Amino acid sequence: MYEEYEALRLCDYEGHNQCDASKLMGVSRPTLTRICMSAQNKVSMAVVEGRQLIIEGGKVEIGNEWMKCNNCHCFFVKFQHEDSCPLCGSKEMSEVQNDGEDADNELSLKACCGRGKRHRCQECTNHKIYHI
Amino acid sequence: MKVAISSKGNTIDSEMDSRFGRCKFFAIYDSEDKSTMFIDNTAASLTEGAGPAALQLLTAQGVSKLVSGNFGLKIKTLSSDLNVQLIVMRENYTIEKIINILNH
Repeated sequence: MYEEYEALRLCDYEGHNQCDASKLMGVSRPTLTRICMSAQNKVSMAVVEGRQLIIEGGKVEIGNEWMKCNNCHCFFVKFQHEDSCPLCGSKEMSEVQNDGEDADNELSLKACCGRGKRHRCQECTNHKIYHI
Repeated sequence: MKVAISSKGNTIDSEMDSRFGRCKFFAIYDSEDKSTMFIDNTAASLTEGAGPAALQLLTAQGVSKLVSGNFGLKIKTLSSDLNVQLIVMRENYTIEKIINILNH
């Protein structure tokens, strides 16, 4: 599943510790450990038994990459390798972080509905990246 | 390239509507011949799915960018499939002002 791939990528490939990785994925640290162990088990199976690795499915939503233009103060979805604001053409822009810290002033990150991370959230976009 | 702006009225000096699906009119600005035309948002009166219906209306006109104050969740997922770019504008600008910014 994609979350297993992501856990493996964050922990083993990028070398984050499990605490950081769990924050990046928006899950608790024990959950991340579980995902990671499951992933490692499957990878070891692929190596030892010569099985094929298929990465698909999982409760994952790919978040859009939102950018903020510092010139005209608009927000927009980044397209491919665009390097200027689609509205005013300014190159002064910054990435909108999806960590929820600036939830008050950022429209794409509304306050959560409070149903927790296990719920596939339809009403808020706060859990937009990982629903586990 | 055509840009759709959600609008409260059908004149160039009317304000941008902060809602996308349920705005009254859409201003469609063509950056090639610099023309602006207004269309009625026939989807605004729907009880459900006004956003996707409005998006369908606009993509039929060949719009590739949307400017509004807010977009619903359905639009956020649909737009990436349809290759339509979303631009969120928080300020209460008039249609004319936005077109001026677009002309930069």
